[in-house]
Amino acid sequence: MTDPMEAIKQTYFQECEELLLAMEEGLLALENGEADSEVINAVFRAVHSIKGSGGAFGFEDLVQFAHGFETVLDHLRSGKLDAGGEVVKVLLRAGDMLADHVAAARKGTHLDKETGRDISEALAALSGTDADDSGEAPADFEGLDFAPMVIAVEEAPASAGWRIHFAPHATLYANANEPALLLRELARLGSVKVTADLARLPPLETLEPATGYFAWDIALTGDAPRDAVAEVFEFVLGHCDLTIEMADAPTAEIIPLPVLAPLPDAPVAEKKESAPAADAPKQSIRVDLDKVDRLVNLVGELVITQAMLSQRVAECKIPRASSVGNGLAELEHLLRELQESVMAIRTQPVKSVFQRMPRLVRELAAQTGKQVHLVVEGETTEVDKTVIERLGEPLTHMIRNAVDHGLETPQERLAAGKPEEGTVTLSAEHRGGRIVIEVSDDGRGIDRARVKEKAVERGLISPGTALSDEETDNLIFMPGFSTAKEVSNISGRGVGMDVVRRNIIDLGGRIVIGSTPRQGSRFSLTLPLTLAVLDGMVVAIGAQTFVLPLTHIVESLKPKPSDIHAFGRGRNLLNVRGAYVPLVDTAAILQAGDTSQADQGVVILVESQGTGRLALTVDAILGQRQVVIKGFEDNYRHIEGIAAATILGDGRVALILDVDGIVTRCRAQLGDFNELRPTGS
Amino acid sequence: MTEHTSTKEVGGRRQFITFRSGEQEFGADIMAIREIRGWTETTPLPHAPDYVRGVINLRGVVLPVVDLKARLGLGRTETNPKDVIVVVQSETRTIGLLVDAVSDILTITGGDIQPTPELAREADTAFVEGIAVLSERMVTILSLHRLIASLVGTQEAQAA
Repeated sequence: MTDPMEAIKQTYFQECEELLLAMEEGLLALENGEADSEVINAVFRAVHSIKGSGGAFGFEDLVQFAHGFETVLDHLRSGKLDAGGEVVKVLLRAGDMLADHVAAARKGTHLDKETGRDISEALAALSGTDADDSGEAPADFEGLDFAPMVIAVEEAPASAGWRIHFAPHATLYANANEPALLLRELARLGSVKVTADLARLPPLETLEPATGYFAWDIALTGDAPRDAVAEVFEFVLGHCDLTIEMADAPTAEIIPLPVLAPLPDAPVAEKKESAPAADAPKQSIRVDLDKVDRLVNLVGELVITQAMLSQRVAECKIPRASSVGNGLAELEHLLRELQESVMAIRTQPVKSVFQRMPRLVRELAAQTGKQVHLVVEGETTEVDKTVIERLGEPLTHMIRNAVDHGLETPQERLAAGKPEEGTVTLSAEHRGGRIVIEVSDDGRGIDRARVKEKAVERGLISPGTALSDEETDNLIFMPGFSTAKEVSNISGRGVGMDVVRRNIIDLGGRIVIGSTPRQGSRFSLTLPLTLAVLDGMVVAIGAQTFVLPLTHIVESLKPKPSDIHAFGRGRNLLNVRGAYVPLVDTAAILQAGDTSQADQGVVILVESQGTGRLALTVDAILGQRQVVIKGFEDNYRHIEGIAAATILGDGRVALILDVDGIVTRCRAQLGDFNELRPTGS
Repeated sequence: MTEHTSTKEVGGRRQFITFRSGEQEFGADIMAIREIRGWTETTPLPHAPDYVRGVINLRGVVLPVVDLKARLGLGRTETNPKDVIVVVQSETRTIGLLVDAVSDILTITGGDIQPTPELAREADTAFVEGIAVLSERMVTILSLHRLIASLVGTQEAQAA
């Protein structure tokens, strides 16, 4: 396989991904009863394009299957079939199957002949052909034309010609336009007869040389479309009076052109879109992600350089109101805008992840025998691509959890007075500079008694521990916890919600549960919009400056000496309103030099993964800011307790702390913290 | 990738940048050197070996700085503003080397580089590719590849 061919193939698979998404979207619309011809057409086009180009690469299985699928869609399109419930179900499964075929082709493998047989047969039954008959897919070889382009077809009636009145204003000349050239351009469209209209020409003594007095009447014969005529004058709109009329119908439409600077395409806008596409797709280009990353990095550098420059200028005692100060303020403003725009390039709607979920739910429903209706909301919410890429796994897990554990069987639901069909809602929205994703179900809710029992069984809590409802719910995030009564194929393989929580925290997010017995549960994920920046608290520890991720911080406080109690070997506990929390000498852990005593500095209460709450001593809180995350592990190695680095406004590097790593460090230095756990949450 | 493949060889000739660190003169292949910049205060890294002086901001890249003298077991460099950081690259990794001063560019034919003497201590030879002898001077040619790999590859066990 030569490289160019491989590249084309890759492009094909990328196109396929998009087409499959479009198909899925259409099929779901059909499922919701929006069976208009536009939707069916969109699905048909998607399947057809996948088939056509697949043929070019010799993916026979795929082409054969797509052909059968396409035949049914064609019947649907021509009205031979109705998009009823059963038909749509078959189509949805066929869509999943087609995706599998594409995936197999991508990996260079083939699907097992039997896997899709029932679907092929169902399709064949719908199209009224024999399943095996669809074998000879017509080789409509369409080359590499993956995406059907919508070309606007001009509906202009064949006219005998146009009568044009063209009266330039002075501004037309002032902008260096030459009427003669425009007239010559017109002459290319057909034969023209130009008559100069000298009515406005004043007597010589009052003539202003810089003013335009001439006007022209042009009779254009030929079958040039109206747009072509209008296009000639495209660049002088607003600088002339222009009327274009049909020659043989003097009363026909006259476009009164607005005199003052209209948009250049104003006359073109009324062009009839005769193509079937509902709304023209937005223009987009494919860009190598590396290029975008480079851009993001460069802009990050620019912002830092600008901050350094501002600081230097301030040090030079140049007043803010001076021209230099103003210039800098302007620069800062522009840079911020530039940074936002560049970040926006990387954002994508969460749709690409959300769209994988309906299929998952269908499969889960089939496996568990439950009836599930998935409601998806806010799928156009945009978030950084890196976040999207890492969202799939936790979301999949949460949906599985909702269907498998949350929802009851149809019998149980009926007995509980609920509709047979359970509802799982997946939603996304922007809230306060972050994205909030919720997975909720209307199932039985978390069985708290059972959760407690299980936690005791697993030795996660001691029997008789008093826990609030919220604390009980949170037990399911403990490592090694699984409530599934028997380990099912779907969830409850031990890698339960603790993995989900781990993933979310790694993304800089948080996960919160809400549950009402018999009414359902709700999992809310709060995630940053991008992984490139982080909200942090800048703190001084010893002689250095560090950044503490805000997601870990619970509160900061200034302890009284009486709140600090010695405990065990060289350890201290801090009394936080009655709860005793391990106090960590952060400067010692980070080897950051001498620090003030804990009772003089500030203490930041943080939430760690394994140990619950922890109090970190710091010397001072310097502020809160968004920092750009810079890895250094490529050039160095991982340091326990340090997540990454960033560059502060003065150009110095500051290290970003990893709370969980600090806990590990503490353990290594001071022995296990676990004995202190009951003091945590 | 060995360093030879990245070397600009003109008829078996290689170019080196030489720099002083302590009493000795070292050379590094010119193709591995990205830039030379003045000393800037580093941000120390916790739990790092003593020869890692911390990290600096090199136009947005967080760059670890290694004290060459300390790395070779010759004692810590007492930094002063005249010190120099030589930014070197091996494969995809980039680090800064803290040295006293950059002295020269040398062009040496391959044959003029002698292997390190057998009786040298391991610590002296671990990061040495060979020795170039020029009339009056002796230049120790560094193996940047090994020097950088030693920084990244190992776990911090040795540091802790």
